[in-house]
Amino acid sequence: MISLRLPGVLAASLLAVSLPLYAAETAPDAAAAMQRSFEAKKQAGMDRLQQDEVQALCTRYTTATLPAEAASSIQQASLATVKPPSDGQYLGDYKAGEQIAQTGTGLQSSDDPAKPNGGNCYACHQLAASELAYGTLGPSLQHYGKLRGQSPEMLALAWRKLYNAQADVPCSNMPRFGHQKILTEQQLKDLMAFLFDPASPVNQ
Amino acid sequence: MNTPRATRRALLVGSLLLLAGAAQAETSTQDAIAEYREMFGDDNPAELWQSRGEALWHTARGPKQANLTACDLGLGPGVIEGAYAQLPRWFDDTQQVQDLETRLVSCVTTLQGIPREEFLKVKFGDGEKKSELEALTAYVVAASRGKPIALPMQHPAEQAAYALGKAAFSYRAGPHDFACATCHGDAGKRIRLQELPQLTTAAGAREAYTYWPAYRISQGELRTMEWRLQDCFRQQRLPQLKFGSEVAIGLTMFLAKNAEGGTLAAPGIKR
Repeated sequence: MISLRLPGVLAASLLAVSLPLYAAETAPDAAAAMQRSFEAKKQAGMDRLQQDEVQALCTRYTTATLPAEAASSIQQASLATVKPPSDGQYLGDYKAGEQIAQTGTGLQSSDDPAKPNGGNCYACHQLAASELAYGTLGPSLQHYGKLRGQSPEMLALAWRKLYNAQADVPCSNMPRFGHQKILTEQQLKDLMAFLFDPASPVNQ
Repeated sequence: MNTPRATRRALLVGSLLLLAGAAQAETSTQDAIAEYREMFGDDNPAELWQSRGEALWHTARGPKQANLTACDLGLGPGVIEGAYAQLPRWFDDTQQVQDLETRLVSCVTTLQGIPREEFLKVKFGDGEKKSELEALTAYVVAASRGKPIALPMQHPAEQAAYALGKAAFSYRAGPHDFACATCHGDAGKRIRLQELPQLTTAAGAREAYTYWPAYRISQGELRTMEWRLQDCFRQQRLPQLKFGSEVAIGLTMFLAKNAEGGTLAAPGIKR
């Protein structure tokens, strides 16, 4: 019994570094059943079933049910992952950003790994008024920059949300595009320009 | 009935694309699909799979030169009417909770002696590559049209399958942190223009489950629930869901139980 329990104890003590009060564990039988029920396919390897602390906590809880202590632990740990742009410039090319927002492919077993990943923003958000095929899983981002301006605080906030949305909304449904390396730094800058550039269709 | 099917299909697909492209944001593709269904009426392309499945069911095949009329889908040997409405369920002979597709595999291997790998070589059809599994599934499913979903749920293994399905539904993983619940956990949401059923509620689960398996307009193929689930996981960026795996059966059980009381209309027509 002791030797069987040991890995769990070790895991709990490792997790305790960033999340002191809540063991971030999904029901072990569910995690094991996931492992038994899948097989690697092309770029989608079995390692993708391994949950990190945020995924495990957000499997057990939603944003609404997450205990306050766990919420603040996720926020702090996620905030620490956010890397600002290396040259300090937040805004890239809004036209390239629009293309990234429209592209839904990337990282699926059926996708060509040689092609850049998309951000698939329109799957969940309204952006340019001219694009009617938008989803509603996330809030509307229409006129994003027009409504907020380009203060350093606003730019840093939007960058953070793109990079690791868990820093502001623990257990958010939004992918952590920077932290999980779904998008490159340049792609994130292009999306920032799509949101903030006065000439971008988002702000028309 | 006078319009050739192919022409009518082309017209309908054309109007579907027009609607999806040019309509007001409020005009959902659901409306277009409802129209498609209405114009097809009883003329569901899934009938092609059903009749192929009916022929397969009654044809002596395999090393044992047997047909499938002794196949027990839960209501006794050869009974197909209403059988799909009570699946997945526990089977004593295999000591497993099985969905329709895995049960059909059991019948084909034991009654006809056809090896599992051979029968499952084409699990999911693709143009000229026809799937016998999809045809048999369509045939059996159609015999439950109009029946209310009612699962036995007495055996502990059935309850365990439901519990696992429920846990798997919320399991966030992969580079995008997606779970089934990411898209199907809330009411009234859309991905692009596609409306998303809230599968944790009776209304949402019924809306989805009662139409599957379905003829998929965009693919020109009849698709099974096993296909639907593995394609959701592909979009979640996870590895390949194995056919008949614990999670596949568990999620099917979770959806079927949530949809209980709903009236089956499958095979349906989907975008």
